[in-house]
Amino acid sequence: MSFQGLIFQDYVFYALAAILLFAGLRVITARNPVHAALFLVLAFFTAAGIWLLLEAEFLAIALVLVYVGAVMVLFLFVVMMLDINLDKLREGFWNYLPIAAFVGVLMAAEMAMVLGTQYFSAEHIIAPAPHPAGYSNTAELGRQLYTDYLLPFELASVVLLVAIVAAITLTLRDRKESKSMNPAEQVKVMKADRIRIVQMASFKEPEEESNTKEGA
Amino acid sequence: METLANLFGSYWPAIEITGWTLIKIIAIVIPLMLCVAYMTLAERKVIGYMQVRIGPNRVGYFGLLQPIADALKLLFKEIILPTASNKYLFFLGPILTIAPAFAAWAVVPFDLNLILADIDAGLLYILAMTSVAVYGVIIAGWASNSKYAFLGALRSAAQIVSYEIAMGFALVGVLMCANSLNLGKIVLAQSGGIFQWYWLPLFPLFIVYFISAVAETNRAPFDVAEGESEIVAGFHVEYSGMSFAVFFLAEYANMILVSTLAALMFLGGWLSPVSNIPDGFLWLLAKVGFLLFFFLWFRATFPRYRYDQIMRLGWKVFIPITLLWIVVVGGFMQTRFAYLFH
Amino acid sequence: MNAIQTDLITALPELSVLCMAMFILLLDLFLKPGNRILIYIFAQLTLLGAAYLTVNTHTTTVSYAFNNMFVHDPLADILKLMMYLATSIMLVYTRSYLSLRGMFRGEYYALVLFALLGMMIMVSGAHFLTLYMGLELLSLCLYTLVALDRDNPLATEAAMKYFVLGALASGMLLYGMSMLYGATGSLELASISNALLNGSIDKPILVLGLVFIVSGLAFKLGAVPFQMWVPDVYQGAPTAITLLIGSVPKFAGFALVIRILTQGLPVLAIDWQGMLVIMAVLSIIIGNITAIAQTNLKRMLAYSTISHIGFLLFGFMSASLNGFASAMFYISAYVLMALAGFGMILLLSRKGFEAENLDDLKGLNQRSPWAAFLMLIVMFSMAGVPPTLGFYAKFTVLQAALQAGFIWLVVFAVLMAAIGAFYYLRIVKLMYFDEAQQHTPIAAPFEMRLILSINALALLGLGLWPQPLMDICAYAIGSSLQ
Repeated sequence: MSFQGLIFQDYVFYALAAILLFAGLRVITARNPVHAALFLVLAFFTAAGIWLLLEAEFLAIALVLVYVGAVMVLFLFVVMMLDINLDKLREGFWNYLPIAAFVGVLMAAEMAMVLGTQYFSAEHIIAPAPHPAGYSNTAELGRQLYTDYLLPFELASVVLLVAIVAAITLTLRDRKESKSMNPAEQVKVMKADRIRIVQMASFKEPEEESNTKEGA
Repeated sequence: METLANLFGSYWPAIEITGWTLIKIIAIVIPLMLCVAYMTLAERKVIGYMQVRIGPNRVGYFGLLQPIADALKLLFKEIILPTASNKYLFFLGPILTIAPAFAAWAVVPFDLNLILADIDAGLLYILAMTSVAVYGVIIAGWASNSKYAFLGALRSAAQIVSYEIAMGFALVGVLMCANSLNLGKIVLAQSGGIFQWYWLPLFPLFIVYFISAVAETNRAPFDVAEGESEIVAGFHVEYSGMSFAVFFLAEYANMILVSTLAALMFLGGWLSPVSNIPDGFLWLLAKVGFLLFFFLWFRATFPRYRYDQIMRLGWKVFIPITLLWIVVVGGFMQTRFAYLFH
Repeated sequence: MNAIQTDLITALPELSVLCMAMFILLLDLFLKPGNRILIYIFAQLTLLGAAYLTVNTHTTTVSYAFNNMFVHDPLADILKLMMYLATSIMLVYTRSYLSLRGMFRGEYYALVLFALLGMMIMVSGAHFLTLYMGLELLSLCLYTLVALDRDNPLATEAAMKYFVLGALASGMLLYGMSMLYGATGSLELASISNALLNGSIDKPILVLGLVFIVSGLAFKLGAVPFQMWVPDVYQGAPTAITLLIGSVPKFAGFALVIRILTQGLPVLAIDWQGMLVIMAVLSIIIGNITAIAQTNLKRMLAYSTISHIGFLLFGFMSASLNGFASAMFYISAYVLMALAGFGMILLLSRKGFEAENLDDLKGLNQRSPWAAFLMLIVMFSMAGVPPTLGFYAKFTVLQAALQAGFIWLVVFAVLMAAIGAFYYLRIVKLMYFDEAQQHTPIAAPFEMRLILSINALALLGLGLWPQPLMDICAYAIGSSLQ
């Protein structure tokens, strides 16, 4: 490919792809797990950029919103609180390297074999026609999800429900030593429950006053 | 221009677009910074009056030059880098806080056709940008290598993630009514006077959105991430000088942003409340100012929430309310009362 | 509007199970601990209702719904009915076990019903997406159920292993599906099949995709070389959950193989036949040999499952309607045996004691001759001793393989079955010829004893009169696969 033939989008793509590759590489090579998680965030962000280039703006933004904005935040939350002994984690790295390298190379070779066939060549896969001006990726996706893909979509919601049930089942326990309070109960507290107003004469005899002073 | 165009040949269109966009960005950012500066003054004045004080009144007329003086002071202060901190991330924190706060403005329409990038999924874009802002706080808290900063970062992360859900659901109601994710179209869908604005049919969502917005910006009474009295200053305890000022800037820019969004989505944006008065940018400004006043008012009025109560409010109160109201809206849309929600 | 209504009516049993599962979740919130039995009753009623709906909507023709993602055919109906029955029996067996161990909670029943829903979706899947979603729904429920006994470190470890390996298997399955999607341009089984028939698609992609799909399937079924999770999970999970994992999901696994391999990829039959042959042979060898060395009953039954899966694959590898019908017969027989086998462990367990070691069975005849007799039938059936159901199941499967020309493999399988009989008969020896080490009377609710007796006797009865079950399987396969 000649350098002159590149258009602006191509430059953006190559820049993003380079960042993405770098970030992805650093995810697995960074020594500090927090750094690795942050590089993963960068990778997500850059991947979203590439999707934007492909005019899939809903997916791109959803990737940022869901993965970067929520999932990775919680991930970082956990990783930051972990006290990971890196040396122990890296123990046996060299022992496992040969077999891991073998599997990795094999997978790469298989992928090359598949991607190298004519079915994935640029001639075989025709670039999709550009969309008309009023085309909304988001609306189209919504229409597809609620018509053609209704069943898997609803099933996904059931899977999420089960995930919630599972998480709560496995973690929620009523601890006796917990000091949490029920705000509804707190709000319901009336003045009369907490203080007792005692009616007393506002004026006291002077000799009594001197007595209390001595007592104090 | 002509000679420049010839010089760059086929690249000229791209350069031209980039140049114009940069100019537009500057045209948005500079007034925004000024707004932020005077927002701090307004805050001190308003809270001052609420507490029967005068507030800053020494620098310039009524203290009008006070923000400039503050900025100069912060600029000249030394930036201290804690020895045990993570150098790169320590400076990445403030940058990551301020960048999304500004980037989100790209899709905000100030008037009919007065917008930097009129994209279809504008609302989603803003949600995504505001959700990214939490990284600044987390990274700052972690990179400082300090207990208080870290506690603040954790609190902030949990709080922002929790309230984002309620906020997102509140916006789902809006986009159901407006049938669009484009902010301009959402505003136009509300045209026809104050009773056509979405604050009325979506009143519960409006309230939830606004309170969540206060929580999202870590403002009082949801400012447990800073919590001066318990964790000193939370995530930015180790920052000084300009790096601290950037956090400050981002907080106020975010306040203005969420107020603008509330104005656009629930109060009809640049539309005038009565149909025979012309619409315009000034209306948006007035509405945003009105909403911003609430932020100051809250800060002067409410004591800080306890952390578990914040979580309870977000998860057990706001999310159910928004879900319920979405069902109500969706249900009504199937009946002959659908016009109420359009 | 009308299209969606017919779609929803087609999926009526699924919808009813879904609604009831959610209802049970809500009900649990408002029930007092003493009234939990209501949840159990509702779960059983759900199964009954779903069975009623399935029978009522049954047709002998094949119809599609939800944009060809959901298939409604006799095979799906019959497998669903079998699953309701197996789930119902499982619920009967596990009730007292769970309540004695503090696991008798609403979530258990909700998760079981959600798992059932996932399996029903898998059985009716005609699209990679639905099949995968159903599989994930099932798996997620099972992972949670294994870890349900939270303070048991063994169960937690089992859940973790199950989860990690299961996720890996799902990944492999998806990877294979994505390759087929890339090659054929469709996720729908019928159009994939058509594309393979018509097009001249590059073989390497298809075979590579097939390898990943078959590996994923083997993982889920527990066939060698993807069997490593089976023993740990079977042993580590609470026995009630082992009973669930070891029984009902096998139907779903069977359906998954039928849908993907025989309905989606019949053109590649030559390729997957070869893979299945290897896995079948390895499963039978490793399952049977390793089982001999086990002292833990649950672990031994896990290895026995692996060898049974090997026999099941014998039915598939003939790639004929007859073979599939015999595989279906085998899986039904196996589920019935597994229910009875793990049911016996539950019967012998009591509060604070798990009858999971072989020694716990010693002298069972002295303690309870009836229980020992039931166990005898179960063990004979698993070993394949005539005239039990297990014998007939092995017989039909091997016959199908013989017809397909795998003579040496059949001879080998018979030999291995004879070796496998050793460890089943060892249990019989322990029960009848050894001295009892404990004399605690067996305490179990009446309905559990009754159902367990019927279940074990059915192994004998169906072995003597296998024809009705065989006819049902032949009908299901014959009218659903062309």
